[in-house]
Amino acid sequence: MKNSKLLDWTFEKVSFASALLLLIVLFALFVVLYKESSLSIHTFGIWKFITSKVWNPPLEKFGGAPAIFGTIVSTIISIFIAVPVAIGIAIFLTEVAPPFLKTPVGVAIELLAAIPSIIYGMWGLFYFAPFMRDKLQPVIHATLGKLPVIGEWFSGYTPGIGLLTASIVLSIMILPFTAAISRDSFNMVPDILKESAYALGATKWDVMKDVVIPYAKMGVIGGIILSLGRALGETMAVTFVMGNQPVIPQSLLEPATSITVTLANEFTEADTDLYLSSLFYLALILFALSFVVIVIGKFLFLKKVER
Amino acid sequence: MAYIIEHGLAPKITVENLNFYYGDKHVLKNISFKIPENKITALIGPSGCGKTTLLRCFNRMHDLYPGNRYEGKIILDGENILEPKYDLIKLRTRVGMVFQKPTAFPMSIFDNVAYGLRLKGIKNKSELEDRVEKALKDAALWDEVKDRLNAPASGLSGGQQQRLCIARAIAVEPEVLLFDEPTSALDPISTAKIEELVVSFRGKLTIVIVTHNMQQAARVSDFTAFMYLGELIEFNKTEEMFIKPKEKLTEDYLTGRFG
Repeated sequence: MKNSKLLDWTFEKVSFASALLLLIVLFALFVVLYKESSLSIHTFGIWKFITSKVWNPPLEKFGGAPAIFGTIVSTIISIFIAVPVAIGIAIFLTEVAPPFLKTPVGVAIELLAAIPSIIYGMWGLFYFAPFMRDKLQPVIHATLGKLPVIGEWFSGYTPGIGLLTASIVLSIMILPFTAAISRDSFNMVPDILKESAYALGATKWDVMKDVVIPYAKMGVIGGIILSLGRALGETMAVTFVMGNQPVIPQSLLEPATSITVTLANEFTEADTDLYLSSLFYLALILFALSFVVIVIGKFLFLKKVER
Repeated sequence: MAYIIEHGLAPKITVENLNFYYGDKHVLKNISFKIPENKITALIGPSGCGKTTLLRCFNRMHDLYPGNRYEGKIILDGENILEPKYDLIKLRTRVGMVFQKPTAFPMSIFDNVAYGLRLKGIKNKSELEDRVEKALKDAALWDEVKDRLNAPASGLSGGQQQRLCIARAIAVEPEVLLFDEPTSALDPISTAKIEELVVSFRGKLTIVIVTHNMQQAARVSDFTAFMYLGELIEFNKTEEMFIKPKEKLTEDYLTGRFG
């Protein structure tokens, strides 16, 4: 009797400690980032660091704007490319595909999601960037480049490495994740609800747009936000193809940088305390961005799905 | 072996030598009977007897899933609805269905009832309003929801949602209405309301209702079909079957010797 009580007590405390460990790690990460970046925070302040466009290590001038701009813009573009395709794949997998195709395509998507991101990066650098330069760039100049106002975003001649190339590689990388999470949301729609619509004479398309998508909407939005979190923090897939130029480019075709790209490339070169501290500052900003995005995705949207 | 009454009433649905297979599984075995027009016909039997499977043949719900095969005929007003080329959309607006659980769509009360009408191409606002109001009145739900037609249907109670589903089904004015154990998820009071509704359609619609509740079949139906292991054992007037079943199996089931 006494023994089993002791065992119970131990078990409870050990599992509690394991859970607590995770929170401690999270908190410790934050503390380290904050401590290491405090020099830069004191030197540049918050607002000035975020808005300053100058990143010039030899002059000890560090502004985070180019990296933050690159991170946010590449994430947004990649989401815009990936989401419609991902939802199309999810619709195909749940409602359209014949059963003999469902499993292989589903497995292929999960495999694609498991490919290490450095492979996407290498593919991007050695195959996609030249393709972008030789084939896609002239097409983009001739079409999007001719549009009023936003035409300027698609101008200029580059070696194929730049913000748009990185965004496209990124979109391919997050596509399977977004597709898988959308498919799971669609699969949560009860059969009986779909049957009710079919029983009223609805077509497949009617059922999709009136029942499945509205029912699964919250889950899909939550999935998109989680993909956003993934895209924000992705490093290897974009490091190769972003171009590593600490500027805010005029055109999306031009080389740029992002927080992760800056961190991956410059830690080895950081020879002064302020330089190193500024890199930690960027990391802290990325940490905060991802944290906010994932909290919104998990608690605002996925919470409602579980209800 | 089986007793099938020749009732002499005008048949709405004639089932002729119907066999149904799920993959290799022979689920419905050589079923033949005539469902009389504008009467209430109950399908009863122990679970797994094929009563729901038979019901879902009448609007070809099985076609949504792969691996099924029909043999024989189901004749609705002179046309065999099992013909591969039969227009399923048209069939399903003529043969409505209410399910085991309330299945309100994620939209407003009004839009739920208007859904089938809009699918039929009715866009005129005042016509939609009139027909939604009539359907809700016929489903005895109007007084409870008339002030909140634009509220989401998910806010209604289970019993109200089920009446909403009935309103949605009758709004498109079907000729046949299928009920698949419509009260199995409801409390006794809500159940009584649904039963009242079903009875109120007598003479206006042909009703086929699957129920696992024998008392319910006795209370609401004119005719009853008793099924066992995929076969139709007895089809008779409800009164006669419950008082004096013709088949030994029916008697054993009705007296609770198995089930």
